[in-house]
Amino acid sequence: MTLGKFIERLAQLVPVLLGVSLIVFLMMSLTPGDPVEIMLGDQHVTPEQEQALRHDLGLDRPPHERFLVFIGNALQGDFGTSFYHRRPVGEVIAERLPATIELTLVAMILALVTAIPLGVLAAVKKSTIFDKASTVGSLLGVSMPHFWFGILLLMLFAVHLHWLPVAGRIDYEYQVEPITHLLLVDSLLRGNIAAFGNALSHIILPALTLGLAMGAILMRVTRTSMLEVMRADYVRFAEAKGLARHRILFRHALKNALIPTVTVAALETGTLLGGNMIVETIFGWPGLGRLVVESIFQRNYPLVQAAVLFYAVTYVMLNFLADILYTILNPRVKL
Amino acid sequence: MTTTTLPRPDTAAGDRPEPVLSVRDLRTAFKTSHGIVRAVSGVSLDVYPGECLGVVGESGSGKSVTFASVMGLVKKPGWVEDGEILYRGRDLTRLSDRELRALRGKDIAMTMQDALTALNPALTVGEQILEVLRAHADDLPRGRAGRAEARRRAVEMLDLVGIPSPADRLNEYPHQFSGGMRQRIMIAIALACRPRLLIADEPTTALDVTIQAQVLELIADIRARLGMSVVLITHDLGVVAEHCDRVVVMYAGQVVETGPTRAVISDPKHPYTQGLLDSIPRLSDLSHPIRPIQGQVPELIDLPPECRFIGRCPKRTPDCRTGIDMRPAGPGRAARCILVGEETEA
Repeated sequence: MTLGKFIERLAQLVPVLLGVSLIVFLMMSLTPGDPVEIMLGDQHVTPEQEQALRHDLGLDRPPHERFLVFIGNALQGDFGTSFYHRRPVGEVIAERLPATIELTLVAMILALVTAIPLGVLAAVKKSTIFDKASTVGSLLGVSMPHFWFGILLLMLFAVHLHWLPVAGRIDYEYQVEPITHLLLVDSLLRGNIAAFGNALSHIILPALTLGLAMGAILMRVTRTSMLEVMRADYVRFAEAKGLARHRILFRHALKNALIPTVTVAALETGTLLGGNMIVETIFGWPGLGRLVVESIFQRNYPLVQAAVLFYAVTYVMLNFLADILYTILNPRVKL
Repeated sequence: MTTTTLPRPDTAAGDRPEPVLSVRDLRTAFKTSHGIVRAVSGVSLDVYPGECLGVVGESGSGKSVTFASVMGLVKKPGWVEDGEILYRGRDLTRLSDRELRALRGKDIAMTMQDALTALNPALTVGEQILEVLRAHADDLPRGRAGRAEARRRAVEMLDLVGIPSPADRLNEYPHQFSGGMRQRIMIAIALACRPRLLIADEPTTALDVTIQAQVLELIADIRARLGMSVVLITHDLGVVAEHCDRVVVMYAGQVVETGPTRAVISDPKHPYTQGLLDSIPRLSDLSHPIRPIQGQVPELIDLPPECRFIGRCPKRTPDCRTGIDMRPAGPGRAARCILVGEETEA
């Protein structure tokens, strides 16, 4: 595998991205609302001034022409200028990206470290109260919408109990000189424990909200595959060898049971990207998800267009990563 | 490879050595949605040092469950209801999990039917053989010296079962070996700690005929070299005839006949054993018709006390309704049939 396969994957991206761009472009064009009107708001301008702005933004051209111009520029790495920020789109996205990456990573870690042990435990204690409670719990986790669960958490821990902050990524009084642009990592690298604690208190609720559904799904997958694996002949043979219970459970059973879990985890990370938009909006998280939501309201075409392309690339790459992890865990499969 | 024939410990009960394994009136049951299935009901058998005991029966006869009970591997919804499993005088049914674990794989080892599924696909062959050595070898020194010694023993064992250049292949995964080689690896793992008793559960069922013979030869050869006892669980009387000193025939959770292999095969006392022999095709005499046993093994739920073979027995009499215990049927032999006594009287 490796290089050849990697190039193949990249080639597969081309039709995906073309299709995604076209769909997004059509949807944005068909959505009612005029970016120029939104930008001008209540200001009184002459029709000439308005026309000049429209021309400036390239919005006076017919849609198919605009699409071709966009594709042409995008191929040269130019995604246009954000209508709202008046700066290159790539720059704006790059600014907001670290916050989203940080939130997604923490949500994923939370989901993995709770889901896998709970899934194993539910399988080992099959049909007990614990197993049944965890089944109900994970069903709730999957079915509770982000916006509802997020708001519940917010009301309880931030508004009512005042244990955690309501919104934002870190309080203004903390300054952390960026290294990786991930606040949790940077504050630790700089040895600023107070800033780390503050950033952590901000990320807990959004990460919990975001990771809940993923954790619930991963728990079910781990439980099911663990149950299947524990019936396998090799687990029986391992028992006949007189191995310790923890070795049978974690080395023989879990290593095989994790194959589907890891695959699902990598794919689920893609859905976290979508969840980000809602969660970031609820918790005022200054990430890409909220930027996209704002840009849609502002009819900021170039930014939405570029962000969606970015999501598509990420999604395909995560699929590729799932395949790689699959071969690492399962020596029988070669890519 | 040579097969050493060991003295057959089957003449008179008096001069036999102490059995390695002695199962007494074992009862193992499973709870199902239809009721309690008594998979093993009152099985008694002995395995003597150095002998090869064949355990024969159709699927559902209880032969595998009997030895799963011996290994302590009967899992919920199944359990050992009653009986004793004496290994060199210790009753295994009374041991704690920990004590049993120390015995499994070290004193009593087991091979499974299909090495393809019994070997873990995600772990290297080396790890799978080394882990059993590490779990049991209390004599291994600690640290690096211990690891080197375990590795040396693993390589030696793989060499013993006939894996070419074993040291180079420790890092390979099971799927990189052929079917016959995988079977040998499984045997190497089972024998790594030099057990006194090997339980080989259907060791040839999953294999091609040519490889079957090789694997059986290998087991016989190692049995002679290590002086261990072997229990060969099979449904193939041909395998028993060729490799086993004594045979136990099981039917519907009970032992129906036991004795020295040659005597049982040449003169079966139980109609079921007779039926099994008649259903083997004979290459030497193609005109000899194959006569399968009619009917099915009864369901093992709420069985009446009558003889369990009654529904399929060509020789049944009204007296069979009362049921019957094992009866002596010649030197070292016994069978569970009322005709046994009558024949001798006649």
